[in-house]
Amino acid sequence: MQDVEKIIKERAASLLKSGEAARVVGWKKGEFYFDPSPAAFESEEQLKDFVYNGFCGANLSKYLIEASKKPGKTAVFLKPCDTYSLNELVKEHRVKRENVIAIGIECGGKLDVEKIKDKGVFAVTSVTEEDGGKVKVSSLYGENEFDKKDVLLIKCFTCKGKTHVGVDETIVVNPVEEAPENRFAEVERLEAMTEEERFAFWKSELSKCIRCNACRNVCPACSCVKCVFDNPQSGVAAKANDDEFEEQLYHIIRAFHVAGRCTDCGECSRVCPQRIPLHLLNRKFIKDMNACYGEFQAGESAEGRTPLTDYTEKDVEPNNIFSAGVKK
Amino acid sequence: MQRIGVFICWCGSNIAATVDVKKVAEVIKAEPNVVYSADYQYMCSENGQQLLKNAIKEHNLTGVVIGSCSPRMHEATFRKAAAEAGLNPYMLEVANIREQCSWIHKDMEEATEKALILIRTAIAKVRLNSPLTEGESPVTKRALVIGGGIAGIQAALDIAEAGFEVDIVEKNATIGGRMAQLDKTFPTLDCSACILTPKMVDCAQSDKIDIISYSEVEEVKGFVGNFKVKIKKKARYVDEKKCTGCKICMSKCPSKKGLNEFNMNLNTRTAIYIPFAQAIPNVAVIDPEQCIKLKTGKCGICQKFCEAGAINYDMKDEFIDREYGAIVVATGYRPINIDAFNEYGYSDNADVITSLELERLMNAAGPTDGVLLRPSDKTHPKVITFIQCVGSRDVSGCGKPYCSKICCMYTAKHAMLIREKYPDTEVHVFYIDVRTPGKNYDEFYRRAVEQYGVDYIKGMVGKVFNENGKLMVQGSDLINGEQIVIPSDLVVLATAIEPEPSVRKIATLLTASIDTNNFLNESHPKLRPVESPTAGVYLAGVCQGPKDIPETVSQASACAAKVIGLLVKDKLKTNPCVAHVNEMMCNGCSQCANVCAYGAITYVDKEFRLGGGKTEVRRVSSVNPAVCQGCGACTVTCPSGAMDLSGFSTKQIMSEVEAICRK
Repeated sequence: MQDVEKIIKERAASLLKSGEAARVVGWKKGEFYFDPSPAAFESEEQLKDFVYNGFCGANLSKYLIEASKKPGKTAVFLKPCDTYSLNELVKEHRVKRENVIAIGIECGGKLDVEKIKDKGVFAVTSVTEEDGGKVKVSSLYGENEFDKKDVLLIKCFTCKGKTHVGVDETIVVNPVEEAPENRFAEVERLEAMTEEERFAFWKSELSKCIRCNACRNVCPACSCVKCVFDNPQSGVAAKANDDEFEEQLYHIIRAFHVAGRCTDCGECSRVCPQRIPLHLLNRKFIKDMNACYGEFQAGESAEGRTPLTDYTEKDVEPNNIFSAGVKK
Repeated sequence: MQRIGVFICWCGSNIAATVDVKKVAEVIKAEPNVVYSADYQYMCSENGQQLLKNAIKEHNLTGVVIGSCSPRMHEATFRKAAAEAGLNPYMLEVANIREQCSWIHKDMEEATEKALILIRTAIAKVRLNSPLTEGESPVTKRALVIGGGIAGIQAALDIAEAGFEVDIVEKNATIGGRMAQLDKTFPTLDCSACILTPKMVDCAQSDKIDIISYSEVEEVKGFVGNFKVKIKKKARYVDEKKCTGCKICMSKCPSKKGLNEFNMNLNTRTAIYIPFAQAIPNVAVIDPEQCIKLKTGKCGICQKFCEAGAINYDMKDEFIDREYGAIVVATGYRPINIDAFNEYGYSDNADVITSLELERLMNAAGPTDGVLLRPSDKTHPKVITFIQCVGSRDVSGCGKPYCSKICCMYTAKHAMLIREKYPDTEVHVFYIDVRTPGKNYDEFYRRAVEQYGVDYIKGMVGKVFNENGKLMVQGSDLINGEQIVIPSDLVVLATAIEPEPSVRKIATLLTASIDTNNFLNESHPKLRPVESPTAGVYLAGVCQGPKDIPETVSQASACAAKVIGLLVKDKLKTNPCVAHVNEMMCNGCSQCANVCAYGAITYVDKEFRLGGGKTEVRRVSSVNPAVCQGCGACTVTCPSGAMDLSGFSTKQIMSEVEAICRK
């Protein structure tokens, strides 16, 4: 992990030095080891705070909407799953691709500090990968060893793969084997519930929402110039809600808005301070679309149409959603 | 502040018998903004319209709601009347309290309550209505006819006769369609080719008609008056301009095993062929599945012998782009596949044939040169049994639920022709009902029974099986109340017809609606039977529903009249209810353009002020109001709600929903 951070940093420095890039979007050291945050670096000097460690889960692609409007090129470091978001943003003309130098970087799965805290380990000072899928977590209070998969971010459980799409170059020092998992397992569990159980599940989850808008603000698909929830003219905007049901509408409307465009990057669930499994709403849509219109991965290409804004003769007829297995 | 007038129509007893119209008119007075309300016996009558006009003037109405029949019936009437009284016609809304209320309810209290809700809903919409003005669009003075059967031919001839240019796009190598395959036609028994081919020749000779054969419609864009169509001209491997139709290629072609579709696959043809003697265009075509040269690269005999040098093995599919003002769909039919009907043994016995196969067996240009010989051993059949309604009026799921309409008549025709030509032949017909409405039709059928001695048996056939070379037809004779078995030499199945399957693709391209049996829907089953609900698209022939030749020709001519009526106009009024974009909110994401079926949306780069003297160039959507048809697909696709529809704004629709849900 250490050496790849060094290589990435060197590449960032060379891009800035040569003037090829006017800025580099990466992760900046936070107050603690476990809270690096996305940042733009405009000089070699600033790069001293650049980090790439196990807590760099944040998807940087959305920052390119603004960055790519600025003069000069913007270099960006993208983990494999983040590259899909960039493609989707390019497809929707939200990012000016010609102003971006996209560098794919390796990723072996990112860590969830909350899960580490749940295990009673606070004030993490460093994490190192050990053999046999273990991680060594050092904190102010000592050292602990965990199974890596027990402290992974939710989104990394069902990794999209280790292939970068649509990048200009890649930096991969330690290739990782793909470990595909059924990403729909959790959706299937919800589908198997009775309607009442499912309603109760979502009611309980969504009523935790404090409407901080973090899920929307981080979501690369939520890139509207003016969000309907911020537009008093739209009829659905409301900062404070009358009841918990309105919260459900917020998330359901959002899931509809990103349907077909959501790359399943999992940022919504990662940033949710209430730890609501928001990605499951999107994943249900993805699963249904795959069943109705064939396998589709948003962001796989920067061109073409999403299944919902396209029509082919093979499309399932609306009255056939039952036979497609979408509805029981 | 809107001043809204509400008018409740009785529609005689159509509405008033189920809805308490007096009460509705009274209660609705209490609605905010409503300054006038009235009920009247027939709002659509001259007097009713006068009532509307007077009220608009006297009460200075700014909006009107009419509670009456469906807006499809009289919205235009009322809007015109409102305009005459000086009100913008788009400030008037119709609440449908007939089709969607009085006709479907029995209880007066319930229906009255619902009528009130529907009218409140319309009032909620009118409150947010704003005056709209119609635009204009030009008309391309050229028509497209899809399908070159008798329907397409007749429509094209009539349109051309009026002086407009017409293209016929035919997917086969020649025009003529099913009618060219028929031997004789009922009820006059004249030769099908003799009456069809002169019309085909007329098409070829007309300087207004362009026959684009062996071609298919690939893409349709635009709207009434302004269709843009991409036509795929399939590679025919023969230059149409050079081929003289001398047929020397056919006599030399060594590949002779291709099934002859024109003869219903009853014999074979060469790989290079002209479908039939009177084909138009009289130009050969190479079947790439059969051609040795195209498959293996070796042969080239036809090219060697072709004096005109018309053969070109390197020919590729070509695309032609044309513009049209109107489109006639005349894609026709085919007999259904009857493999699922095991009881008739069609797949197992060569001598169980369909009626269309019989047409070819009796036709002088058919595989037997017009001598009726049964397929298995080429002998004269002595006993022939016809079975009617094979797959028609079938609710078992194997066939079609509808009556194919033509079978009773053509079966009588076949029976009569056989008895005429081969009087020693015994002819039986199993039927459920004999349906012969039409001029001289029942007389025709009676002639078959009375004059030609055809044995009609009321009853259905349970089974056809082969016993020592005889086809045993086992059925019930309902009149005599007995089970009978008729040992036959030939069994003819009056097979149901269905729309040519390619019509589904055409319907999709044209956004024309289609029913569960794949028949194209007409705009109104009684009053607009030749118009598709999609403006500028007209329907002729069996693609719209089963019909015989006289009916098809009438419908084709009716289509032509509609097309001519459209093409003589220089300008069309455009619908002002079109989409528009709020550029401040537009992301430029292209989703609206992706879903736009009419290609009405493009993108422009625009500069926006950001404040503080800064500007930003953003890609934003732009709607061409002349092309937009107001379908609203873009408005629901736009994630930020930047797209909206005049006359049907999101706010209007939401306020309608709220009015319905209000307790």
